[in-house]
Amino acid sequence: MSPQGARVSVERVSLEVGEGAARFEVLDGLSLVAAPGELVCLVGPSGCGKSTLLGALAGHLPTARGTLRVDGEPIAGPDPQRGLVFQHHTLFPWKTVLANVAHGPKMKGVDRETREAEARGLLEQVGLAGFEDRYPRELSGGMQQRVEIARVLINRPRLLLMDEPFGALDALTRLRMQELLLSLWSRLRPTIVFVTHDIDEALFLADRVMVMSAGPARIVEEIAVPFERPRRAALLTRADFTVLKRRSLSLLGEGTAAPALDRLTPLGAPLPAPRWRYAT
Amino acid sequence: MSDRSPGLRLLSLLGCVLLWHVAATRHLSLPGLVTFANVPSPAEVLQAAWALLRSPKLAAHLASSLARVGAGFGAAMLVGVGLGLLIGRVRWVRAALLPPLEVLRPIPAVAWIPLAILMFPSSEASMVFVTFTGAVFPILLNTIHGVEAIDARLVASARSLGTRRWRLFSEVVAPAAAPSIVTGLSIGMGTCWFCLVTAEMIAGQYGIGYFTWESYTVQNYPAIVVGMLAIGALGMGSSALIRWAGDRLMPWYRPQRGAR
Repeated sequence: MSPQGARVSVERVSLEVGEGAARFEVLDGLSLVAAPGELVCLVGPSGCGKSTLLGALAGHLPTARGTLRVDGEPIAGPDPQRGLVFQHHTLFPWKTVLANVAHGPKMKGVDRETREAEARGLLEQVGLAGFEDRYPRELSGGMQQRVEIARVLINRPRLLLMDEPFGALDALTRLRMQELLLSLWSRLRPTIVFVTHDIDEALFLADRVMVMSAGPARIVEEIAVPFERPRRAALLTRADFTVLKRRSLSLLGEGTAAPALDRLTPLGAPLPAPRWRYAT
Repeated sequence: MSDRSPGLRLLSLLGCVLLWHVAATRHLSLPGLVTFANVPSPAEVLQAAWALLRSPKLAAHLASSLARVGAGFGAAMLVGVGLGLLIGRVRWVRAALLPPLEVLRPIPAVAWIPLAILMFPSSEASMVFVTFTGAVFPILLNTIHGVEAIDARLVASARSLGTRRWRLFSEVVAPAAAPSIVTGLSIGMGTCWFCLVTAEMIAGQYGIGYFTWESYTVQNYPAIVVGMLAIGALGMGSSALIRWAGDRLMPWYRPQRGAR
């Protein structure tokens, strides 16, 4: 696909993370494009920089070289049009579920009644009607991620960036969340860039799977996923699914001769502890 | 641990009062080290407390002390929380303000008393200043600490959701730092009373600290202990009030470890 008309275009992008002497390169001249409404999965070994790329697309990390564009516009800082979902929820602990979901419209100046009605609608879509007045800590991990997704989708983002969002969930919850994501995606049609290291998850969700290699990352293979939609859990045990999975696993195996690196985050390298400590 | 064996806790308290009673009535003395010869007994203290309760001066003493703590603590809360949020988040504010604050921080508030008396036109203002100085640093440092401990992902998410500069303070930074701020306020309240009482002993006209010191100078010894107990109760009560208000304002917050 040509960069013209692409929703997301990553053009020969290099990223560096870390401070001072510990600074290192995680992406070296990486390019990829995603069409409007496309669901692209990035798979690759730990520490290869796929999460870092998401952070840059969200606008939290500057690029060292190359350009990142969304609908032809270069990315400059975070924007509600580009929603980011982390592996562990980042809900505001002091806000109720309803207030968390309504946060985006509140920042846009939407009045209380309208934004709460909107938030209720989204909570219903993610299957959490009746939990509006709970605090995040009162919910299970899967429910917290549902709220997180609702909170991002309320802004009607053109681009949804997901960093192993179901990675910390148990297998059954994860499968339900994958089905939920597909049903939300088919209704709202955001472009999704989804990072995972679970090949089942990638093949189940994606239109295209990009297989990345470690340090500095490049794309070793692009797999078009042919399975018809809507997809159901039964797909995971079909013969043609297994064949594709075997092929993908062998591709992943080629890239992982090097030992796995520390996991990077969309906000760069894990932060050192603050230098200040107080006796009080 | 709070509900377990209330009987034992009561017994231990009674035991201490009994020891005090014996030491005071027998005029126990270790020559050259310590003597209980002038220490009033629990019964005398109880009488003095009753006398104070019926005295018209009690209200005046309480009112002056509470007003001074209220003014000093209120100012310390505004300055400590406000500056703490800015120093914790804004790099140039931190660079500009932290060095002078670091120089002033190790100076105990009580050491300010002589200079405060010279600096302020009324002794009232100098006492308020000393209580302010005592409370402001614990509040400031806990606020800075609370801001620094905020999960970077939380701030990133808020920014991705369209939260801009000043809204980021009111919507994310301040509430995320709130538990730490409440801890700072509670500690600050304790030091506030400590500094107030010392300041009142030197510069006061009325107030619980002044009452305690006056009782010493007029040799009304039982009243000294009444003053001491009143100071303790007021300090404990106001700190508990802050924690209670904190719990009410933060129903979402439950400390993971019981350490706070």
